[in-house]
Order: sequence, then structure tokens, then C-alpha cells
Amino acid sequence: MPIHIVVCVKSVPSSAAIPVDPGTGLPKTAGVPAILNPFDEYAVEEAARLKERLPGSTATALTVGADVEVLREAAARGCDAGVQVAGPEFEGGDSLSSSAALAAAIKKLHADKPVHLVLFGKNASDEASGTVGSQTAAWLDWPGAAGVKKIEAADGASVTVHRMMEDGIDALSLSLPACLATVKEINEPRLPSLKGKMAAKKAVFPKWGAAELGLDPAQVGAAGAGTRLAKASPPPPRPAGVKVEGATAAEKAAKLVDLLLERKLI
Amino acid sequence: MANPGILIVVAPQRGVLPPAAFELVTAGRRLADALKEPLSAVVLSDKAQGPAAELAARGVDKVYAVEHPLLADFVEELHAKAAAEAARKSGTGKILVSSSVAGRALAARLAVLLKAGLAADVFEIRPDGRVLRPLFSGNLIAEVEFKTPVAVISVAPMTFPRAEKAAKTGAVEPLAFDPGAPRSRFVSFKAEESNEVDLGAAERVVSGGRGLGGPEGFKLVFDLAHALGAAVGASRAAVDSGWIPYRHQVGLTGRSVRPKLYVAVGISGQIQHLAGMSSSGTVVAINPDKDCPMMQTANVAVQGDYKELIPLIIADIKKRRG
Ligand SMILES: Cc1cc2nc3c(=O)[nH]c(=O)nc-3n(C[C@H](O)[C@H](O)[C@H](O)COP(=O)(O)OP(=O)(O)OC[C@H]3O[C@@H](n4cnc5c(N)ncnc54)[C@H](O)[C@@H]3O)c2cc1C
Repeated sequence: MPIHIVVCVKSVPSSAAIPVDPGTGLPKTAGVPAILNPFDEYAVEEAARLKERLPGSTATALTVGADVEVLREAAARGCDAGVQVAGPEFEGGDSLSSSAALAAAIKKLHADKPVHLVLFGKNASDEASGTVGSQTAAWLDWPGAAGVKKIEAADGASVTVHRMMEDGIDALSLSLPACLATVKEINEPRLPSLKGKMAAKKAVFPKWGAAELGLDPAQVGAAGAGTRLAKASPPPPRPAGVKVEGATAAEKAAKLVDLLLERKLI
Repeated sequence: MANPGILIVVAPQRGVLPPAAFELVTAGRRLADALKEPLSAVVLSDKAQGPAAELAARGVDKVYAVEHPLLADFVEELHAKAAAEAARKSGTGKILVSSSVAGRALAARLAVLLKAGLAADVFEIRPDGRVLRPLFSGNLIAEVEFKTPVAVISVAPMTFPRAEKAAKTGAVEPLAFDPGAPRSRFVSFKAEESNEVDLGAAERVVSGGRGLGGPEGFKLVFDLAHALGAAVGASRAAVDSGWIPYRHQVGLTGRSVRPKLYVAVGISGQIQHLAGMSSSGTVVAINPDKDCPMMQTANVAVQGDYKELIPLIIADIKKRRG
């Protein structure tokens, strides 16, 4: 049975070496090229694979943010359509308000064409809270799972997934619609095909603001956020290290063990 | 600033309390003492009484025991629903959860149910209500402020010492839970077939990288780990080479660890690896290249070939233990 998949994608800075703006005391990402969050590549790829497994299925990429290029990248990698949720009211959002915006957009998509699965990457490489998938599921009041390393069986009514835990693998069965946050073991993303790239170039993506989503601007962006980034700073430098010197390897080994015992590390 | 009171949310895994639960008790107790506010906890499990009593014995003032067969294994919507009910009942403003796979999802759902701000992977909680967490793979530290009456904080494992038995034992109160008609069903669990120490909860970690030269190099890494009572980690280069399974990977796309002692063997220390271990207590590097980033950032740098050094280190430890 064909299904409708929504893949949530985020635009992130291509580098993690982000300076602090001395004026604001906040990270300064302006000027750093933006890319599709690397962890979202796995979610997009999984949508493409589900489309192959369940012929006739469609995948819609969804982003909250000003950068529409991530939708183009998702389209090049196999998504059929894309929606951008953007506008000044969405600026300065945190995981709580951004997930509320995602949920509202998913509801709108769902009303138009029923959604079966919503896929997410493990976390965004910038803020890395790793919670937006489960937060979106909670706003929608849909079942969900995070840490998904395998989608075993999916039909229009339910899905069986494998979840990677610290001590092993859980299997869960969820009724649809459901939200799944993936991990990188789920697949090996393929590079966009030439055909995909060509199609993506021409694609147009609708842009929805708070009004189209029926959201009060006070619920989204900085106004709807539960947290505020007060300040960012580089981590304190590690104290200078010591070199374990010795004429022979045996001498070095003995000195290392001395030092570990002295510092009560063993 | 969030409302008064601190609530720890604990979901025992496979029937046992994870060590991180006792770390949360310490984090909660410190905050409670600094603010002169009560410390409570909620245990969500099919058998909650035992674990609840254990938390009470470690100094939690009041522990809610929510017992239901459907809480035996982690199902995010059910656990979050039960936790939200306990949070509303206790009326607490600051909720602490561990940043495990389950804890992260639980904190996320709970935050939405309580319309609460959420900060993940927190390693410091200030009495003024602000928390510290990493940003951009740990290249920056964020100071986060809560705007909501309730704050949900997921605490990075290994950041606080584990609470011991306290002088004063708290009270345990059972709480009923109606799961409604759940749409998620736990099917089964398959354990990793090894009884190795879990990386995330280990006080010592020995990791191997491409410098081991091949899978046989991990034999020495495991031997050293056994001698030190350590868990075994790896760089992505070693994992991608197929020398060791992915679950051992430390770094940006692997696990984050924060042991007291981290020994990096044959790992050059690229930023993506450092992202997963740079907040370790003491970092020891074993590497012939004294100029590589790992040797530069290590607290203790041992220049040399691991094949020669590790057997000598193991022999030395054994000798001293007699
Ligand atoms: C998006 C992305 C995500 C990534 N995520 C991760 C991640 O999660 N974890 C991770 O580790 N990497 C990650 N990487 C890869 C990372 O950039 C490095 O490629 C990787 O960490 C290198 O592994 P290494 O240090 O083992 O290998 P190398 O960099 O090749 O270093 C090998 C080291 O071994 C030393 N050596 C050689 N011979 C010996 C000997 N006889 N005894 C002792 N030492 C010896 C060498 O001097 C050298 O320093 C990621 C990369 C990208 C792009």
C-alpha cells in the first residue's frame, strides 16, 4: 500500500568552528555556508527507500527556516515535494517552538493528503538537542520512537521498528501515523542522481507563515520558545598536559602507571 | 525562572535502575540544597516499589512509584504521559531526566506535555536557573535560560557523582496510572551479546583508532581495558575499517563519553572524535606522532608505538597489584 512520508530537514552551518560575536555574546553564524543537516541525509534516504519498497508512495520534505536550499537538496535525493515554513515570526525559535511549527505544518499536510510516517534525523549538528522528533510527535499526539535503526515492516496501518538502545536493540510496533527519529545505522545515503538534481533545480516550494498554519505568532519563534540562549563562550582551555618521558618504552610505561596511581585513576 | 521544587524522572531499564539515576539524585540534591527546595522523584516501571525505595534511601525526600505492566519497557508516549501526571501532581518546576536514548525522548515528550522549555545534555545547573550545555559539537558552551514556569533538563551522563545512601530516608508514595489505549507496543528486546562495560556509564574508557593498523590491534586494547576495568571505544576510522562494531564509536556520530580516564590509542584527535570525549577527566594519548591534535590536547602524552607500550603497561599494572 502506498504511503505518504514527511521528512523534516534543517539547514545548519557547514562548520562547527563558529566564533562568538563579541557584541552580542552569541554564536556568529552569518557568512558560514549552510548545508542540509548531515543527520537528516539518513532520514531523506530512508524516505527514498520506503518509496522503492512501497511503490506509489510519496515523500514531502518540510523545513522551518529561511533557507529553502535544504528542500532542493532533499528533492534531489528523492523527495517529491517540499514545504518551507518561514517568516520573521519564526526567528529565534528553540526546540519547543520549532517543533510546534513543524507539527502545525504536518497537520496541514495531513488534512490535504493523509500522512503515515514523519521521519527525522538523529539531531541537528548545530544545537544537537536530539529531541525535535519526539517533541513534534507530542504536539501531534502521535506515537513515535527515537533511535530508529531499522524500519522492518510498514503498511498503511502500522510500522515495526528497531530502536538502538545502550544495551541492545528494542523492537516496537507503532500504529500510524507515527514519528520516527532515525540514527545513522539505518542506511547508507546515496548521492543525489543527476535526474534528481535537474528536477530539484526547477522545483518550487510553497512557503507557509504562521497565518497559513493557523498559529498565533506568540506560539512560534522566539516568542513561543521555552528557552533563551543567554550567552555562548568557548569551553575553558584544558590544563596543559604532561609528557611522559623515558629512555625506554618500559620506563615510559612505568611512569605512566605511577602517574595514574598518583591521580587515583586506577 | 521556573517554579520551585525539583523532580527527578527515572525509568529503570530491563528492571534495573541505571547508574545515571544516582547521578540525577546528586544533581537534584545539590540544587535542592542550594535553593532550599524539596527534592522529589518519580519511578516509572512495572515494578517501581524497589527502585523507588532505593532512591528514597539515597536522600530523595519523596518518591512517587508509578507501577504498570505497560511501563516494563520504554515506550515514549506512555512513559511521558505517566511522568507528566506525576509532574503535575508534585507541582515542581525543575525536572531532571538523564540524556540516555530513552531519557532524551522522554524529556522531549514531557516538555511538550507540560509546555516547558527543554535543555538537553546539560552538564551544569546553576542556582540562578541557568544551565550549561554544548553547542556546535562542544566548540561552544551555551548558557541557557528558561522562560517557562516548568523547565525540563536532560542531564549528560557521568557529569555528577553517583549518590550514596543518605542519612535521612525519604518517603515512597504509589501513584496510579491509566495508560488509556496505547498506540505503541513494545515487542521484544535483543541484548548485545557481550557483557562488556557500557561506554556511556564507564568511569574509564580505552579507545583504539586507525593507528592500531588492523583488527588484531584491538586485542591489545581490550587487554588494557580489562587491566584498567575500562570500556572499549573506537574512532570512526577503526569502525569504518570494520575492525570493531559501530556501538563502540566515540564522537560526533557515535557516543559521547565523559569518563574519569580516557586513553586514546592510535587516534589522531580530529575534531569529530574530540566532540565525543573532550570533557573526559584525564585524557591519556598513546601515539608516535607528538604533534597530532590528540597528543597536543591530552593531559598525559606518551609518545611511542602502542604494540610496544601496551604490553609493558599491562605487565606493570599486574606487577603492582601483586
Ligand atoms: C560528518 C563526520 C562525522 C564524523 N564522526 C566521527 C566520529 O563520531 N568519531 C570519530 O572518531 N571520527 C569521526 N569522523 C572522522 C574523523 O574526521 C577522523 O577521520 C577520524 O576520527 C580519524 O580516526 P583516527 O584518529 O583513528 O585515524 P587517523 O586520523 O588516521 O589517526 C591515526 C593515528 O594513529 C597514530 N598511529 C600510527 N601508528 C601508531 C602506533 N603504532 N601506535 C600508536 N599510534 C599510532 C598516528 O600517528 C595517527 O595519529 C567524522 C567525520 C565526518 C566528516
